[in-house]
Amino acid sequence: MSLEILGITVLWTFLFGYIIVASIDFGAGFFNAYSLLTNRSHILTNIIQRYLSPVWEVTNVFLVFFFVGIVGFFPQTAYYYGTLLLVPVSISIILLAVRGSYYAFESYGSSGHKGYAFAYGLSGLLIPASLSVVLTISEGGFVDVVNGHPELDYWKLYTSPLSWSIVLLSVAAVLYISAVFLTWYAWKAKDLEATNLMRKYALIWSIPLIITAAGIIVELRAHNKIHYENIVKLWPVFTLSAILFLITLYFIWKKQSYGMSVVLLILQFAFAFFAYGFSHYPYLLYPHLTIHEGFTNQEMAIALVIVFILGLCLLIPSLYLLFRLFLFNKEYVTGERKDHA
Amino acid sequence: MINESAVFWSRVLTELTLSFHIIYATIGVGIPLMIMIAQWVGYKNKDEHYILLARRWARGFVITVAVGVVTGTAIGLQLSLLWPNFMQLAGQVIALPLFMETFAFFFEAIFLGIYLYTWDRFDSQRKHMLLLIPVAIGASMSAVFITIVNAFMNAPQGFEMLNGELVNIQPLVAMFNPAMPTKVAHVLVSAYMTSAFVLASIAAFRLLKGSNHIYHKKALFLLMKLGLIFSIATAIIGDFSGKYLAEYQPEKLAAAEWHFETEEGAPLVLLGFLNDEEEITYSIRIPYALSILAHGNPMAEVVGLEEFPEDEIPPLYIHYLFNIMVFIGMFMILVSIIYLAGIWRGWSFIKAKWFRWGIVTGGPLSIIAIEAGWWLAEVGRQPWILRGIMRTEEGATTSGQVDLMFMLFCLLYLVLGIGSVVVLRRMFRSNSIEQEIADRKSLKAGEGQ
Repeated sequence: MSLEILGITVLWTFLFGYIIVASIDFGAGFFNAYSLLTNRSHILTNIIQRYLSPVWEVTNVFLVFFFVGIVGFFPQTAYYYGTLLLVPVSISIILLAVRGSYYAFESYGSSGHKGYAFAYGLSGLLIPASLSVVLTISEGGFVDVVNGHPELDYWKLYTSPLSWSIVLLSVAAVLYISAVFLTWYAWKAKDLEATNLMRKYALIWSIPLIITAAGIIVELRAHNKIHYENIVKLWPVFTLSAILFLITLYFIWKKQSYGMSVVLLILQFAFAFFAYGFSHYPYLLYPHLTIHEGFTNQEMAIALVIVFILGLCLLIPSLYLLFRLFLFNKEYVTGERKDHA
Repeated sequence: MINESAVFWSRVLTELTLSFHIIYATIGVGIPLMIMIAQWVGYKNKDEHYILLARRWARGFVITVAVGVVTGTAIGLQLSLLWPNFMQLAGQVIALPLFMETFAFFFEAIFLGIYLYTWDRFDSQRKHMLLLIPVAIGASMSAVFITIVNAFMNAPQGFEMLNGELVNIQPLVAMFNPAMPTKVAHVLVSAYMTSAFVLASIAAFRLLKGSNHIYHKKALFLLMKLGLIFSIATAIIGDFSGKYLAEYQPEKLAAAEWHFETEEGAPLVLLGFLNDEEEITYSIRIPYALSILAHGNPMAEVVGLEEFPEDEIPPLYIHYLFNIMVFIGMFMILVSIIYLAGIWRGWSFIKAKWFRWGIVTGGPLSIIAIEAGWWLAEVGRQPWILRGIMRTEEGATTSGQVDLMFMLFCLLYLVLGIGSVVVLRRMFRSNSIEQEIADRKSLKAGEGQ
């Protein structure tokens, strides 16, 4: 495997990690706000707080890791995406900042202003929507090179059905992933009421998820023919992903194997996400930048890979400890232990 | 093609983000160490007060760390959004420490989460205390790696330029550049110093506001000791920074010291104003001091600004920033020495109102010194973004909406700044130390029955 493939695979894996953990987080905030609105907050708030509290900062690091890594392995992305994304990414930063800090303010500082909870819940939908623009732009067709500098065609972007489908997919995926995960988490916490409510949300959000996902593939046919053909070539993987999706839904429908459902859900998204990534190859930004042209020098690439391996040796045991103490600790999950500073 | 307005607003926005972030980042680097020391002292001496000190600091720390994390994410992305040309070039050589920083940050974030949520979980206090070690190491290493990137911008090496292309790249050589040792050390110890004085300022303020609890006195004594150690270390390393500058960035040193003509046995200009004819008025001149600062020898020759082309000289106002930084540093050393000597010799005036107010001002002053120091470091590197290789305007974005983004970020930092202060005040007001000690006593009494 060449170094650029290795590099992009590592980054893509971390982006996948971010999508899963951040979706759980974003969706949880939304469900929390929604339950406040419908006066059912007593059902969900505790469960959500207990899950989110120790991990919120870790979620953010996945994102930081991805964007620092991509500039490291592919410095030209800094030039193209940096120039193009000033506005959409600045908006994402502001939303992430408000969300992250208010989470800490709320849960450690004082409790209970409803306005914060709504802003927090809403930001959880707006962040994936604004970040998903990056994926849309990478499909090409929205970038003009003017006087040698890339420029984004906002009008085209905001009137394109493709970009809105991707926005909808990102929101639906966030809510679906989060609902399936929280169904399991609530079930583990032996909170039947919360389990049933989250189960209902999981079933509801599965529908827009599969519609938008299928719709995007159809739209790509008109938008980016090469990419569409690559996707079609990978049909067995996408089919596998769809089958996993159906099994997950079956389990949730039948109220059984919630833990297995989470595993299948992660696999379903992993297959779809990596197949999408492979079909995108070799373009980082169609048709301007490929991973081969945009790649850094050999020396830097080797150094980054070594640091990455050393870093993983440090991270994996630490993450294991974090999960063991909170996610998989019965006393913590069921709320018998409250040991925070 | 350079977009003048984009360059201007990119500079202003970067300055804004860094100036705001550095407050929380500095505290974020220093406070874990302070928590660790307090908890260790409490554990060693079986003194509940120090343990509580650590616990209360940890609670407040969560708020500052949250703002530090989100503004750090902002500056991390803004590097690419506002300086895409710079990142494209420099990323090829200096991406390694940036990448390492994310690991340090990851490590810190994980253990901070564990530390905060396991206060009474383990049977042994010691186990819980050990969790702080990775937090403190992660925090400090983040500062080390990021400062390495900044050092590289001042003294780039580890590559060669061939027809505008970078060749023969050596990532480790780029990391261990000549600016790195003094810069990293200065940033670290000044962060510890600032954190100690900020916390001391809070303790002194509580004492002034009528809480005469021994808890605050213990905190103040501990923090002033730490503050003194780190402020002296900061000054010594600052002196080494002067020697580094004389060797590698003489124009930065000369501009900061208003040293116009190359001469031997150069005096150090302190304070003063520069009039329109570039004459220095109302200044104090310390004979030979600049030669000592620059080369450690009173007769050594110090290069003056006259030897540099007009368009490669940094703005001369950095002299004021240098003065602010140095005078605050000296003031803090003095205050902490007098306080400690007073405790030792039993001087009563260190308990007087006016002296405690002096300690209270030390917190905000230290933060101002940090700001002045970073402005000095950044403005003093101008007109370069990568000294000798790329000018600032060449690194900036060509995008048109930077001014609008500036307004949005102003609003964001206003909200975050006010929010963090309000939340911190409310947090400690609603749960005063007297209250918490009483609560813990009744809790223990309850358990004993």
